[in-house]
Amino acid sequence: MIWQIDLILLAFVLVCALASLMVKDLLSSAVIFGAYSFFMCILWAEMGAVDVAFTEAAVGAGVSTIFFIVAIVKTTRRTKD
Amino acid sequence: MTSRFDDVIIQTVCRILIPFIQIFGLYVIAHGHSSPGGGFQGGVILGASFILLCLSYDIKEMKRRLSRKRAILFSALGVIIYAGIGLLCLLLDGNYLDYGRLHRILPVDPVRARSMGILGIEIGVGMTVMAVMVTIFIDLASEEEKRN
Amino acid sequence: MKLIALIAVSLTGAILIYGTADMPDWGDPGSPASLHVSPRYIEKSVEETQVPNIVTSVLADYRGYDTLGETTVIFTAGIACILLIRRFGR
Repeated sequence: MIWQIDLILLAFVLVCALASLMVKDLLSSAVIFGAYSFFMCILWAEMGAVDVAFTEAAVGAGVSTIFFIVAIVKTTRRTKD
Repeated sequence: MTSRFDDVIIQTVCRILIPFIQIFGLYVIAHGHSSPGGGFQGGVILGASFILLCLSYDIKEMKRRLSRKRAILFSALGVIIYAGIGLLCLLLDGNYLDYGRLHRILPVDPVRARSMGILGIEIGVGMTVMAVMVTIFIDLASEEEKRN
Repeated sequence: MKLIALIAVSLTGAILIYGTADMPDWGDPGSPASLHVSPRYIEKSVEETQVPNIVTSVLADYRGYDTLGETTVIFTAGIACILLIRRFGR
């Protein structure tokens, strides 16, 4: 565990989480959420929990992003607030 | 999403890529003993390969390979395999999910039988997860008039 | 209304950050979680189950009942999605 890499990854995670909340376009928000999951996955792998990292990469960055995008296609792309 | 979108590059690449993704998913399930992975991750990868088939071709092509009814059947079958292995251990004078007892019906010693039992339940978990991912995707993406 | 929400979120975050001060360090061998049950798994799991990956052996063998519940939860989620989203024939 190298604290410089940890700090950079945590900063990326924070930026992705805030951007995913702030962005008006829901499709961009879903894609940024996928990026957030991917940075979380790198963070898990860097901490030594490889199984959790694998699950995060497969479920968080892969399938849940697809489900979000399908839901956006079926409903609306713009958020009201 | 559900209408056919004919693009020769995407379809060719996905047709070549999908078998390798499925082999990788099966490898993750079967090799969970000695490397990271297991039933859950391998099942998600297998389900994602079917979703990729739907995205590159259309939902009809995917339902031809794995229909709704078969997906529900698989998701129930995975839970039944898991609980059935546990029940089998109970019938062989053991505790519930005590795989060491499986050495009475498998030609291996009790320590190896525990490894075999773990492989069996990983297959069950992978089946359930793959089928549930495909089922949720079909229900989200399918149109009004296209049933079963 | 937004001000109240901001105050609530900040207060909860401050309490959580205050709570992390008492947690053991990352990978601390003297922490309570790695003193009692973890050494038993690390020493015995290969010899008892012949599985080199300790995570798999704990997940599927020692804590097998937990994973059965997890699989049932996933199955129930699929059934709930079918009941909520699917359009049945009229």
